Amino acid sequence: MAQRLPAVDVVLVGFGWTASILAKELTDAGLQVLALERGIFRDTIPDFSPTSIQDELRYAVRNGLFEEPERETLTFRNSLEQTALPMRHLGSFRPGSGAGGAGVHWNGQTWRFLPSDFELRSHIAQRYGAKFIPQDMTIQDWGVTYADLEPHYDRFEYLCGISGQAGNVGGKVQEGGNPFEGARRRGYPLPPLKRGAGQVLFDKAAREAGFHPFPCPAANTSEPYQNIYGVQMGQCTFCGYCEWFGCGNYSKASPQTTVFPVLLGRDNFELRTRCEVTRVNTDSSRKRATSVTYVDAAGREFEQPAELVILCAFAQHNVHLLLLSKIGQPYDPVANKGVVGRNYAYQITSSVDVFVDQILNPFMGAGALGQAVDDFNGDLFDHGPHGFVGGGYLALWTTGGRPILQHHVPEGTPTWGGKFKRALAENYLRSASIATHGSVMSYRDAYLDLDPTYRDSYGNPMLRLTFDFHDNEHRMSDFLTARATDVAKAMRARSFHAKPRKGRYSIVPYQTTHNTGGAVMGDDPRTSVVNRYLQSWDVSNLFVMGSSVFPQNAGYNPTGTVGALTYWAAEAIKSRYLKQPGPLVSA
Amino acid sequence: MKPGYLMAIAGLAGCAVAIAAGASVRDTTHAQLERGRYLVAAGDCAACHTADNGKPFAGDRPIPTPFGTLYSSNLTPDEETGIGRWSDDDFVRAMREGRRPNGDHLYPAFPYPWYTRLSRDDVLAIRAYLETLTPVKEVVRAPDLPWPMSWRESVAGWNLLFFHDGEFKPDPQRSNEWNRGAYLVEGLGHCSACHSPKNALGGVKRDEAFQGGMGEGWFATSLRPTHPEGLGAWSVDDIVSYLKTGANSRARAMGPMAEVVENSTRHLSTSDLHAMAVYLKDLPGDNDTRHPPRASDDKDALTRGRLIYLDQCAGCHMQNGEGIAKVFPPIKGNTGVHADDPTSLARLVLEGARSARTGDKPEGFAMPGFADKLTDPEIADVITYIRSSFGNQAAPVSTNKIADVRKQVAGHS
Repeated sequence: MAQRLPAVDVVLVGFGWTASILAKELTDAGLQVLALERGIFRDTIPDFSPTSIQDELRYAVRNGLFEEPERETLTFRNSLEQTALPMRHLGSFRPGSGAGGAGVHWNGQTWRFLPSDFELRSHIAQRYGAKFIPQDMTIQDWGVTYADLEPHYDRFEYLCGISGQAGNVGGKVQEGGNPFEGARRRGYPLPPLKRGAGQVLFDKAAREAGFHPFPCPAANTSEPYQNIYGVQMGQCTFCGYCEWFGCGNYSKASPQTTVFPVLLGRDNFELRTRCEVTRVNTDSSRKRATSVTYVDAAGREFEQPAELVILCAFAQHNVHLLLLSKIGQPYDPVANKGVVGRNYAYQITSSVDVFVDQILNPFMGAGALGQAVDDFNGDLFDHGPHGFVGGGYLALWTTGGRPILQHHVPEGTPTWGGKFKRALAENYLRSASIATHGSVMSYRDAYLDLDPTYRDSYGNPMLRLTFDFHDNEHRMSDFLTARATDVAKAMRARSFHAKPRKGRYSIVPYQTTHNTGGAVMGDDPRTSVVNRYLQSWDVSNLFVMGSSVFPQNAGYNPTGTVGALTYWAAEAIKSRYLKQPGPLVSA
Repeated sequence: MKPGYLMAIAGLAGCAVAIAAGASVRDTTHAQLERGRYLVAAGDCAACHTADNGKPFAGDRPIPTPFGTLYSSNLTPDEETGIGRWSDDDFVRAMREGRRPNGDHLYPAFPYPWYTRLSRDDVLAIRAYLETLTPVKEVVRAPDLPWPMSWRESVAGWNLLFFHDGEFKPDPQRSNEWNRGAYLVEGLGHCSACHSPKNALGGVKRDEAFQGGMGEGWFATSLRPTHPEGLGAWSVDDIVSYLKTGANSRARAMGPMAEVVENSTRHLSTSDLHAMAVYLKDLPGDNDTRHPPRASDDKDALTRGRLIYLDQCAGCHMQNGEGIAKVFPPIKGNTGVHADDPTSLARLVLEGARSARTGDKPEGFAMPGFADKLTDPEIADVITYIRSSFGNQAAPVSTNKIADVRKQVAGHS
């Protein structure tokens, strides 16, 4: 029997980026806020101390900061006729666990989506005709526009201290920035990171190829920065240990470095760690959430009543919780009915390794130190001749030059032995990789539901992921790989080696932790789980944050949009919901 | 009523109205309570009288001293275990004479040798505030001291030697501000309790007051205008900023001083901090019995230290030792780096420490500890290096000293 605890105003499930921001905003509004985090508490010092964090084996290879599949995992299959099996090792994506969530171990690549990304179905239908969209492609408009989100993107960027060069301020294209981006109200808070030799090389080659390169927006501070909450951040040292690591010198934006200092001591905020939420409980009308049930580290079960429940866990965990709690109609791909679990999407990546004569010093890296080309993202180019939907960016990132996982050897090099070692020694300083980062559309047969066979350690059905790449994505990705190859050629590399993404989606090799969908937002409760304010259509005192609300995935890293949506929802909650609790949009 | 009090109240209320010195204001109950709250912060009472995870001011916090462990008193108005039954006179006597109502001596870990400077009005305001606390039944443990210190009457002898009682007497030759600063620094602030050398019995060496000394296992630097360890190079505004926000362009408060800033000085009005700074800046020059510091000329040690510095320290403190403005403090010209006794430096390197968290600087930047990463000779080399580089002029540090501090730190944890 769960022990019933005293009620709070707001319970947040998870304590990563979205929960931290909401906790700050809602405690500002005077509410009593409780965050329930399944992982442990951790802070810059001692947990990410620069004396010990640069340990590739511990963190990047042995998954020091990620969710543990031994404790929580999902089952996976490529298609409906297969039987899904549990994923027993982390593979193609690596969700975080613990205070700060994946905001601790991310790289800091902080993009805005394009204005057309938010109105994708309407936009494509208008430009190319409705028939251009394949039958089984279930893309839709978001219910919010870029203009709605612009102030909130701005807020998130000024929370994080993004280093970058604006490309479009108030409609005026800016020299050196991304000329294709949506108009922003002002430039980035910090100038771009100092470029590495790889970025300079890429920039020159991309210009020769006729593209429009620019420095990538980075949540790695190029200078000391004091953020919108008055929290001071340090300055990136290019140590090259961002991705898979916490930042030891306060220069990568994370909940720890941007929000915790002004949140954790508040009387009206409480964090309980090692508390895994297993249910959102509703009243008999099923229109109102009354509490959440959670299990603590000792295995004790508690019921935590709250006036407002906000799901802030990693994308698929939010969906899992909705399904377990029987909130919203589960999606059925055969009948093509229901919403919860629908429109799971991912991203498709490829790369072209380049081997050059110049010394590039790859070890001087930062998670978002990169030069990119955005000419082929979203609908920035005419898709008519290509016949596919979507796009992505090309970038030469120098995230680091770690010894185990971050090196390139020419095609045909043996994977071990003397020849391998020689090739590694010859190429370590003189190689780089041009990455492509492509969108994935949503489809009728890509979804999340409860597994009929496997159960988790709490006895609950596991979440089941059914997903594969579709022809549209392969053709789009091949197109991006060809454009990356154009740049590689213009670099006059000694040799280069294209690595296109081929065949079915495999959950084994790491690709990206940009999982989206399953609790998507929209204007129509028949095709969305939450309304444009991220509020559940079914249970009005339940909100869902994070990339699970994306109706399909764009060709950018998602965190900027996740942050913008969080501020957007926070404003709606503060300015409207709290004054008059109830549905913010009538169904 | 002293004008300083009015300044305190004005600062508290954020009041922009200047109150003329000597003007009389009725000391309402509310005003007295708020003044008491403010003075309790100025005295940093919570530092000793609130235990980790304990109820506010319920005491029983272990106070380590060179002689043994004491446990702080319960200041809540609980009738049995707190001070609920004490009369005003009892409280005044404790604060100014270090005596319990029954006449027993309090140990001078309780800073009555400083609080004796307080006016009766101020003491009663403190008392009034403490009476508003929730009574907590907290039986305080008995002191763990060897004989003869365990015999409370032994304090009488100590008092005879080292206790100079008496209320603060303003110096009419000095400004009101200077006198207000002196009253705070020498009274509630009890700054010299840590920042002075002590004799074998723990008494402050009066002639050497503010010349730096041990407190809570850390070395508190000289506050005399001596350069470079003392405050000679600091401006009044540097001191105010340090006490208000925990940092200035020269240093960040770490260790016990971070706690002082968090619990005490950040709550003080800018005018009071300014007064304290004016007084501190007017301390006399050294009456120094120490040898003048001489930087190391051991080339091998400096080379080893430099390499360690570049590997381990330069990422934050920068290759030129200048740190990063508003983020990481400079090594260059840092008073703490020049401390005559390098205990605090050694502790910082071994254990690490968090800087003060204040409203202006909420981030609480922390330095990691290197105890698991660097050996004693390596730490000695790198500290010797930073004490001899960037224009710094301080004596080398021996491996033995680091080993001693490592033992001391291990004993604490």
